[in-house]
Amino acid sequence: MSVTAHADTTVHPNEPGTPMGKPELGILAFLGTEAVFFGLLILSYVYFRATDNSTPNAHVLDVPRTFIFSLCLFASSGTVVLAERALKRGNRRGLVLWLIITVLLGLTFLAGQGWEYAELFGENITPSRNTFGTSFFTMTGFHGLHVFGGLVMLSTLTGLAAAGDFKGPHSAAVTCVSWYWHFVDMVWVVIFTLVYALPYLGIL
Amino acid sequence: MSDVPLVPEIKKPFYRLGEKEGLMSWVATVDHKLLGLMYMASAFLFFVVGGLEALLMRIQLGTARNTFLSPEIYNQIFTMHGTTMVFLVVIPLMLGSGIYLVPLMIGARDMAFPRLNALGFWLLFFGGLLLYYSFVAGGAPNGGWFSYAPYSERAFNTTYGIDYWALGLFVQGIGTTLAGINFVVTILAMRAPGMKLTQVPMFVWTTFINGFLIIGALPPLNAALVMLLVDRRLNGHFFTPESGGSSVLWQHYFWAFGHPEVYIMVLPAFGMISEVLPVFSRKPLFGYNAVAISTIAIAFLSYAVYAHHMFAVGLGPGFEAFFAAATALIAVPTGIKIFNWVFTVWGGKVRFTTAMLYCISFLFLFTIGGISGVTFAIVPTDWQSTDTYYLVAHMHYVLFGGTFFAVSGGIYYWFPKATGRLLSERHGKIQYILTFVGFNMTFFIQHFLGLMGMPRRVYTYPDYPLWGLFNLISTIGAFILAFAILYLLIMIWWALRKGERAGDDPWDAFTLEWATSSPPPIQNFDIIPPIRSRRPLWDWKHPEDPDWKRDQSGKQMSMQRSDEV
Repeated sequence: MSVTAHADTTVHPNEPGTPMGKPELGILAFLGTEAVFFGLLILSYVYFRATDNSTPNAHVLDVPRTFIFSLCLFASSGTVVLAERALKRGNRRGLVLWLIITVLLGLTFLAGQGWEYAELFGENITPSRNTFGTSFFTMTGFHGLHVFGGLVMLSTLTGLAAAGDFKGPHSAAVTCVSWYWHFVDMVWVVIFTLVYALPYLGIL
Repeated sequence: MSDVPLVPEIKKPFYRLGEKEGLMSWVATVDHKLLGLMYMASAFLFFVVGGLEALLMRIQLGTARNTFLSPEIYNQIFTMHGTTMVFLVVIPLMLGSGIYLVPLMIGARDMAFPRLNALGFWLLFFGGLLLYYSFVAGGAPNGGWFSYAPYSERAFNTTYGIDYWALGLFVQGIGTTLAGINFVVTILAMRAPGMKLTQVPMFVWTTFINGFLIIGALPPLNAALVMLLVDRRLNGHFFTPESGGSSVLWQHYFWAFGHPEVYIMVLPAFGMISEVLPVFSRKPLFGYNAVAISTIAIAFLSYAVYAHHMFAVGLGPGFEAFFAAATALIAVPTGIKIFNWVFTVWGGKVRFTTAMLYCISFLFLFTIGGISGVTFAIVPTDWQSTDTYYLVAHMHYVLFGGTFFAVSGGIYYWFPKATGRLLSERHGKIQYILTFVGFNMTFFIQHFLGLMGMPRRVYTYPDYPLWGLFNLISTIGAFILAFAILYLLIMIWWALRKGERAGDDPWDAFTLEWATSSPPPIQNFDIIPPIRSRRPLWDWKHPEDPDWKRDQSGKQMSMQRSDEV
């Protein structure tokens, strides 16, 4: 009988060939499903944009204003990176500070979306108006929900960090939330380009 | 042919899962073994319900112009039968067996995310209850398991049935997605020290690929369901052609999920076959690499064939040619697998246990289903046979004759591992014969009914020559099949109480899950054999002829009979 290896019942160290831990792999797989989900919602918007000429359509949107609010979301992707950097240096106050700024930027974006929705509803542009309304509100609504979910997670991280968790230099929780936040941000890059920027520039 | 090996007298106290804390230890558990068994139990619960629905349909169709069920009720019953069997029976069976077996097969303590695992199960279970709540909320859904728009829109379907259908499937879809993520991460990051990804048992491989399929295929379903709910509850226009929407869009999204789904429902079954056949043939799996690579090929192709469900829509010649070619192509990797299994058994010292009988029948029945599947790749043939009983026969041959026969084989094979007790081989063989006869009697004749022109989803039919007779034969077969399932459930119940003690390794198997006790302790393993080949337990039991030595001699592992020493 050859040598037996003892089963490690508490910790499973990662394989040498696996560069990432379980949380990182898990969040990547999760973002994969989310990418397909959003991809199809965006595809349905593009499809109706190409096949249905009814008005109102994307030209009723206030592009410059949404651009400013979008900048807040794009910037928040940068601040969350700064938060990670602060964590890496063991700077807990920096971590808390940058997380708070990230949350505030995200809230600003959501407020902008709420403003936009309120105006559109005021003009009777709703999900039941036409295919533009249906696909626009479904797509941006689900994005907004994901931003909200991200804010809940970021706020939780902020609270935990303020209470003394995350001594650094690495935390899987911070990394995963940050990746999720980048993902939400990238989805908005696609939506903003397709729905706001290209029609505004007269391309789509 | 030999019987089950004699079981040595076992002196260890019999350990029963969840013994100490009672029901709470099941409800609150995050252990993969309990959750896996809960998946299986929940699947069997819904299997009984879905089976009763099938029997109601078969009673109604037993004779021409029957009035047992009204058309409205019949529509609800066939919708619920299909939805239940696909989403609440076959998927949970595939997920549950993976959740139970994968950590044991790779020498891990649990899944990568135990709490996510529990969440996935409860979402799936309560999604099922939500679906069934529709019966008391004003009528079950009646649009078939794929609920084509615009019939599923509120203009044509005013009860809450479709809403509960969409909500229930959305909830269960999220649960399934979580399980898929868990599989991928577990298999990537939790393998025992020394176990390479090319050395995991084939069941782990197919479950791994299945995880990727789930990650890619469930989101289209969830997106489509969300869009349907927006249409129905917020008066949206996604799938309403009269106001600019597109009902074909629903079909695209649904089948972009629906066809990979077919493989989600069968890949782990392929894995089970690949575990059971080698053990009872006393040979390693023939062509491990070919089986693994063909699994990957199937996964990729499964996204490229979905529109063969939509040939009747009239998508245009280019579209149809592409999907017809892809559909014919996917038969190739599937055929490779069939040949590998045949060569696994070929020349082996075959032990005809009940598990083995089920798995060998799988080869035949799945091949029949596969061949009738290829006929649907030919567009003109498809136009003639789509939505007839020929299609019903085809899909039952792949899902029941394929998946369920493999699962039955898997149940006979792994039941001793999960419970520590053997299912009776004598009764098992009776049960097998009943299932085999009942299944073929029910569904083989439906090929002919379909070719004679009987459409699916009709609540009754005129008294054409032979239609009544063939349908009656099918109905009698369905009752035999139902009796066989009842027989299995009684056997399981009896074996749990008084079954023969199995010992740790009743089949003299090759893979890691048999290296621990039966049932496995809460920590799964006290010691793990060193892993240097694909059959670590064989190596451990045969230090004079381990696989890894043969591998180094340059011989092809799959071509040899390593038991001939």
